[in-house]
Amino acid sequence: MFWDEKTETLPKRDLEELQLKRLKKTVAQVQNVEFYRRLLGEAHVRPEDIRTLADIEKIPFTRKQDLRDGYPFGFFAVPIHEVVRIHTTSGTTGKPTVVGYTRNDLQTWADLIARNMTMVGLTDRDIFQNMVNYGMFTGGLGFHYGAEKIGMTVIPSATGNTRRQIEMIQDFGVTAIHCTPSYAMHLAEVAEETGACLDSLTTGLFGAEPWSDAMRAELEKKLGVTAFDSYGLSELFGPGVAFECPERDGLHIWHDCYLVEIIDPLTGETLGDGERGELVVTPLVKEAMPLLRYRTGDITMRFEDECLCGRAKKIARITGRSDDMLVIRGINVFPSQIEHVLLRIPEVGNHFMVYVDRVNHLDEMTIDVEINRDYFSGELQDLARIQKKVVKELRDTLELRTTVKLVEPGSLPRFEGKAKRVIDRRGEM
Amino acid sequence: MKENKFVIKQISVFSENKPGRLAAIARALQEEKINIMAFSIAEADGFGVVRALVDKPKKAHEKLGKLGFNVAFTDVIAVQMKDEPGGLYETARILGEGQINIEYAYAYSGKEAAVLILRVDNVEAAIAAIQRGGGTLIESSLFQ
Repeated sequence: MFWDEKTETLPKRDLEELQLKRLKKTVAQVQNVEFYRRLLGEAHVRPEDIRTLADIEKIPFTRKQDLRDGYPFGFFAVPIHEVVRIHTTSGTTGKPTVVGYTRNDLQTWADLIARNMTMVGLTDRDIFQNMVNYGMFTGGLGFHYGAEKIGMTVIPSATGNTRRQIEMIQDFGVTAIHCTPSYAMHLAEVAEETGACLDSLTTGLFGAEPWSDAMRAELEKKLGVTAFDSYGLSELFGPGVAFECPERDGLHIWHDCYLVEIIDPLTGETLGDGERGELVVTPLVKEAMPLLRYRTGDITMRFEDECLCGRAKKIARITGRSDDMLVIRGINVFPSQIEHVLLRIPEVGNHFMVYVDRVNHLDEMTIDVEINRDYFSGELQDLARIQKKVVKELRDTLELRTTVKLVEPGSLPRFEGKAKRVIDRRGEM
Repeated sequence: MKENKFVIKQISVFSENKPGRLAAIARALQEEKINIMAFSIAEADGFGVVRALVDKPKKAHEKLGKLGFNVAFTDVIAVQMKDEPGGLYETARILGEGQINIEYAYAYSGKEAAVLILRVDNVEAAIAAIQRGGGTLIESSLFQ
């Protein structure tokens, strides 16, 4: 099924024409952003130098760090009164990354979500339970408005209280759910334990963290759904950037809205179809916060073949990161954020180790940190107080519950070269 | 401060809760020929504090510190108890009536009597209360 068949199946030539037109417009728009005036000036790229899609390679990349440096509103290309909503996502250090939306942006975004949900067969007859965070995270409101646009019956159940979630699925006859794949697995197990029947479910939309085909098979068996992978990032509106179609072999990225490049993350060199590298996206329709050649950090490749469904070329499901970002229970965490938090707490040292495990299908992050010699009073309760303080400060910044272990001063490894502070023991999901 | 002779310096050592840590501490003390009179381990979430009364606390502090351990002195008192039913009650009653709070305690049963090591919220008040109540405090010189 199509939400916007004409756009979704544009012939190659028409699509490229549309992309070029929108690219030129985007390059003109970014002139309102000081960062881009400087970036393009230093690269000697004038808006009129963009004559073909290939000319985009003249433009330098934009990195997440650049967005951080523009905190809070440095990347807005419209006056703040035209921005009708703000979301944030984890920054690489202390401050989050801010993203803004104009009224049109919210419409465009809801439209893309509607495309995705329609593509997998959902209609206004479906009852949809949206089990993700509704706050600053884009997943909640993003899916919410897209589903409403289709006319679905939306249950904004957000996160937590799994038994209540199950009760609502049963009582409201929910047909489609959206959550992280690990939460879906947790939900399935709680349903199993309590003998709850979830047979109204038909469709599961899972995203915000990478998941395997083995996990898909498991989820489909346990929940009785057909499971679809959802991809997006706040910098590109949020979820809805790319999605699986019923073929479920790769992600359809919406080429009329996102210009896709795959690069070698080390050299920055553009790679061809079938070559795995970092996804670089130039959003073509964003008003409040246009970006050029944004490095997503996500590793994928562009398929060589077209899809049977008639939409344009797909990208592979995300297989990893080109940087050290971790996804913990669907929340993005950079080790540098942890370091930043620890720097603010004098009672502990600045060295740390992060261990990531999966316990009952949910990610658990443990952080080992050294107690500062000068703050040891000899009292156990003072140590417990320090431990609690670190847990709280980390939760405030990462919006994530972690386990903190206090270790002896000098006991953590010191790195001379590139620090290897993260041990991810989750393995394949 | 006359009562100070009853204040004993306990060494408190921060230790991760993992195999070999107590052995490392004990070995360091052995190397310095330091005798441990009493000791206990308090455990929290993944870490603990090893508390010990030793005959040479300054030397112990120095040695363990040099090895990288995090060491602190903590003031405690030691009360002699009758090694018979009711012995602990007598001491605990005195402290309770004196409104002295016990933060932690550990005990050993020696040749002549049982000894209760106490960390209290107010050391001076505890010493006064025990003396008033007819308890027997042990002077620090007996340990150190």
